[in-house]
Amino acid sequence: MVPLSYYLVLSGILFACGVTGFLIKRNIITIFMSIELMLNGVNLSFVAFAAQWHQLSGQVFVFFVMVVAAAEATVGLAIIIAVFRTRETLNVDQVNLLKL
Amino acid sequence: MLHLILFSVFGLVCVAGAINLLVQSHPINSALSLIVVMGSLAVEYLLLGAEFVAAVQVIVYAGAIMVLFVFVIMLLNAGEEERTKGSRVSLLIGIPGMIIGSVLMAWVLITHSGTHAVEAGALPGAPGEIAQLLFHEFLLPFEVTSILVLIAIMGAVVLAARPEPLQPEGKS
Repeated sequence: MVPLSYYLVLSGILFACGVTGFLIKRNIITIFMSIELMLNGVNLSFVAFAAQWHQLSGQVFVFFVMVVAAAEATVGLAIIIAVFRTRETLNVDQVNLLKL
Repeated sequence: MLHLILFSVFGLVCVAGAINLLVQSHPINSALSLIVVMGSLAVEYLLLGAEFVAAVQVIVYAGAIMVLFVFVIMLLNAGEEERTKGSRVSLLIGIPGMIIGSVLMAWVLITHSGTHAVEAGALPGAPGEIAQLLFHEFLLPFEVTSILVLIAIMGAVVLAARPEPLQPEGKS
């Protein structure tokens, strides 16, 4: 039997790794993958709480998160392709047209 | 006991994959370690009794979404990432702050949460019951997500399409 808190700690570690990757990575695709990592951490805590309180709604919410993640992945990768086509780079430091 | 061992093993694999994602400098290595994270998370879902979520995690996340990522990495021929130096102050303050915060949070969660252990297979996560919930109580959000996916498909096509060259006036 695993306590709920272990699952929450694991999900927190995953979320923290995602935030760290989002901040320290310079490749736009890797930044995008860090966002997926954060979403996965949240999903784990959803399922853990669903099991804790015997509510299936938590699992249904995981599906919605997955659908939103899929939609976000398609649009985000299309944006990455468009950025690469115009700027010829994947480094976010060189995509600074909006920077003062 | 077996439950705890399985949880620890796949939790460690999961965290190792997440850290490897941060350490690797080539995007394809990061993508492969993200697949490892997602696969071991599917095992964690199985341990929680959510079989259907585990199957969808493998099919949709580790399958479809990661294939999209790998495909884009190959398409754009993404190479090694150039490192840029962050500010020194953020390193000096951020790393100790993060360690203190995470240790404190883990300690509070483990000692003071007062929750019972989650039993193996505690939840009737059968696909039938999930479908019952999804198509009755959550019918409206379900339909809204279908519209969202449709808009996402159209947006991806519009964004990724090569812009048409401007036709000179009077030629066409």
